[in-house]
Amino acid sequence: MRYLPLSQKAHEEMLDAVGAARIRDLYKDVPESALLDGPVDMPNHKGELEVDRELSAMAAKNRSAADGPFFLGAGVYYHHVPATVDYIIQRSEFLTAYTPYQPEIAQGTLQVVFEFQSFIAQLTGQDIANASLYDGSTACVEAALMAMRITKRRKVAIGTPLHPEYRKVMDSYMGNLGDVEIEDGEPDENTACVIVQSPDFFGNPHAYAEWRKKCNETGAMLVVVVTEIVSLGLLPAPVEADIVCGEGQGIGLAMSYGGPHLGFFACKEKYLRQMPGRICGMTEDADGRRGFVLTLSTREQHIRRDKATSNICTNQGLCALAFTVHMSLLGETGFSQLARVNHEKACALADALENIDGVALENQNFFNEFVITLTKPAKEICDALIGEGIIAGYPLEGDRMLVCATEMVTDKDIEVLAKALRKVL
Amino acid sequence: MTGELPNPESNRGLHYEESLLWEKERSERPGVDLPESTGVALRTGLPERGDMGLPQVSEPQALRHFVRMSTWNYSIDHGFFPLGSCTMKHNPRLNEKMARLSGFAHIHPMQPESTVQGALELMYELQDWLGTLTGLPGVCLAPSAGAHGELAGMMTIRRAHDVQGNESRKVVLIPDSAHGTNPATAVMCGFTVRNIPTGPEGRLTVEAFKEALYKGDEQGADIAGMMVTNPNTCGLFESNILEIADLLHEAGGYFYCDGANFNALVGRVRPADFGVDVMHINLHKTFSTPHGGGGPGSGPICCTEELAQYMPVPVVLKGGDAYCLETKEDRETTLGTLKAFQGQFGMFVRALSYIMSHGADGLAQVSGDAVLSANYLMAKLGQEYHVPYEGPCMHECLLTDKKQKEFNVTTLDIAKALIEHGYHPMTVYFPLVLSGTMLIEPTETESKDALDRFVETMTEIAKDAKDKGEEYFHSLPQSSPRKRLDEVKAARNPVLRWKAS
Repeated sequence: MRYLPLSQKAHEEMLDAVGAARIRDLYKDVPESALLDGPVDMPNHKGELEVDRELSAMAAKNRSAADGPFFLGAGVYYHHVPATVDYIIQRSEFLTAYTPYQPEIAQGTLQVVFEFQSFIAQLTGQDIANASLYDGSTACVEAALMAMRITKRRKVAIGTPLHPEYRKVMDSYMGNLGDVEIEDGEPDENTACVIVQSPDFFGNPHAYAEWRKKCNETGAMLVVVVTEIVSLGLLPAPVEADIVCGEGQGIGLAMSYGGPHLGFFACKEKYLRQMPGRICGMTEDADGRRGFVLTLSTREQHIRRDKATSNICTNQGLCALAFTVHMSLLGETGFSQLARVNHEKACALADALENIDGVALENQNFFNEFVITLTKPAKEICDALIGEGIIAGYPLEGDRMLVCATEMVTDKDIEVLAKALRKVL
Repeated sequence: MTGELPNPESNRGLHYEESLLWEKERSERPGVDLPESTGVALRTGLPERGDMGLPQVSEPQALRHFVRMSTWNYSIDHGFFPLGSCTMKHNPRLNEKMARLSGFAHIHPMQPESTVQGALELMYELQDWLGTLTGLPGVCLAPSAGAHGELAGMMTIRRAHDVQGNESRKVVLIPDSAHGTNPATAVMCGFTVRNIPTGPEGRLTVEAFKEALYKGDEQGADIAGMMVTNPNTCGLFESNILEIADLLHEAGGYFYCDGANFNALVGRVRPADFGVDVMHINLHKTFSTPHGGGGPGSGPICCTEELAQYMPVPVVLKGGDAYCLETKEDRETTLGTLKAFQGQFGMFVRALSYIMSHGADGLAQVSGDAVLSANYLMAKLGQEYHVPYEGPCMHECLLTDKKQKEFNVTTLDIAKALIEHGYHPMTVYFPLVLSGTMLIEPTETESKDALDRFVETMTEIAKDAKDKGEEYFHSLPQSSPRKRLDEVKAARNPVLRWKAS
């Protein structure tokens, strides 16, 4: 087997050194009844060519976004990732490094994390950010849990339409705790936080001043959730929020059927000690040279055990690197330009669809996605359009459909969709 | 800002300094070329965002920035990574290539199932492998990492007790050698933690277990379950595990196994056969998906037929030749969803690629070679270092600094000396059951030569401890990109982001 270097001779010498006749003798603490007599009943090893062939055949059965017009968004976005990003994240030094617990030999990872935290803090208009969480949905739960710790309240208000997957995750986590109420609507005196997704699940951007006012009146915290991070290049920063969290997949990461993606988490400095997850900080080495370390770990499980702020340990390190490389390439003008191009594509799509009989635009405002209403059930239309080679969007209940346009969508794609819609409606 | 800024003048040979992006000269153009704006009026309903304060560099500057920083990292591709309980093994590049196939990388989690049959097939195959290797047929791939898998597993237990009307079972038994995530997870599920002390031989004793089990109630009626890592974090297989599992089950508790150390067992021992009800698997350990400098991980859970009705959704089902996702609507007893969508799918591709490459025969050799290598290191290193517990060990061996402490040289000093010798240190000061522990996991992907060289280095360090004294060790490492870093300063005066001064 090509990945296993120990030769027969090495086996013999090593067994000799440990005083065992065979490997099985080293398993003497395992009860006989639990020790298998031979390999499990599954296929044996395969060469690289065979594995490549079999997995490529599985991949070929899927309809990739690269195969034709694609208008599905809904919290996961098909964006262009520059070639440089993938090259950097495949470098051995980043790809095959461990969590940077030994800072003397992990400054590369650590400085990247520091830059990642800096980018997230700037994009969200917050003071500080952590080194990442699993994804947007779990980041949203961690935000609610953190607000509950700070306010000592047990109620979560959902202020604007939250991504249904995020809501499910929230329900499952809170259901597990047992005594937490989750309600749609505005905060009251018992509310730990109000969660405001913007743009919301239906694509509507929201202003935060009114929500801030309501929070000030009730003592609830304002949690802003962003599922399309590219929107922060065009929409105002949620500076009014206490916590801003969400999904960073839109920068640097493939959709990859739902993961690995990138949870981000930022907040006001006064809440630092309650923040979940790893944090990287600047310091200096024995010679007074600048360096970086993981810090404030007294919040974390490996120190605090049952009193930790969260049980999170491994996060999305390499995804945070991909994000940071892509952000570095975009820079100030590139990032705002990317956001603008997305919005303009969506405007062009809206114009084209509104012109079709039987299609109406529901949103007054949007960033890069919006809801259209049709004269037939949306699910039926989506399925019919798959037959035309188009992934048209996400069917909502009834005749509503969520459609999205990123920079990947061409004018031709829009024409093709409009033509096909006319045909199937 | 803290410390002396990197100065290009201080580059030496192949040792580079590198500033932060924000400290670089701002380029006029970014590192991407995007289409011109059409200039249409905004339809966002909100004012356009102003200056964000982001840095700006061209593509060559950006590339060089990250490549230079990369040279400051140690990685498994550089050399041996003896990091206990972390299973830093070879990361085959085929797995990376497979995960980047367009049909895997560019599919959306909300696409209709008819358009992602290949992805569902892949997940089904992986479920099948993990179920077979653990003997636990209920498999949910969704959890994002080990700690998330622990949470999924313990929530499954919580859900089972709740549905069965056993809400009063609140106590979870956890050995004092456990990973910190175990107690943190138990608390997140509303449980309270009761410790089981490790016995004098580094293993759980039936007596200590019984004492903990019956401490709150003589029938153990307050026990929800136990969280045990097996092999444990001392690198030993819990030889009393069958009796312990029986006692726990009789008392009505479930056995959660932390799967961090599955590399010792894969293909040879099925955890179901020593009484496990539910466990997580770290795909980024046993199945070699890269650690990536701290993730992404992936932590599927495997459980018994009985607990499978409570575990999270989604799970891939097969009907005829078609695959579909089982959701909460299909299985109402489920505890729900712990992560948006289907999990860290890209990691599933890598893990299945790894598993198919090894096959049933290769996986049995994986665990066997890993265990042999650890025992070999224990035998060799035991000549200069204190071995607290008698072997054979499993896939990792435990040492302490007892002999070196006579010369005021500690585990931390030994770790920093290893850096000076070009190695990543072992896991230090864990487990917490003894003072000055060093946990060494060689994995199956090191050659005997590599192991012998490591032994030589460790022997030299032990000799230096006698001859050179503590002062020498405290000055180490000298040759790494940075010397020892001031962690106290970082925590007292947190600088957590770049700010314009």
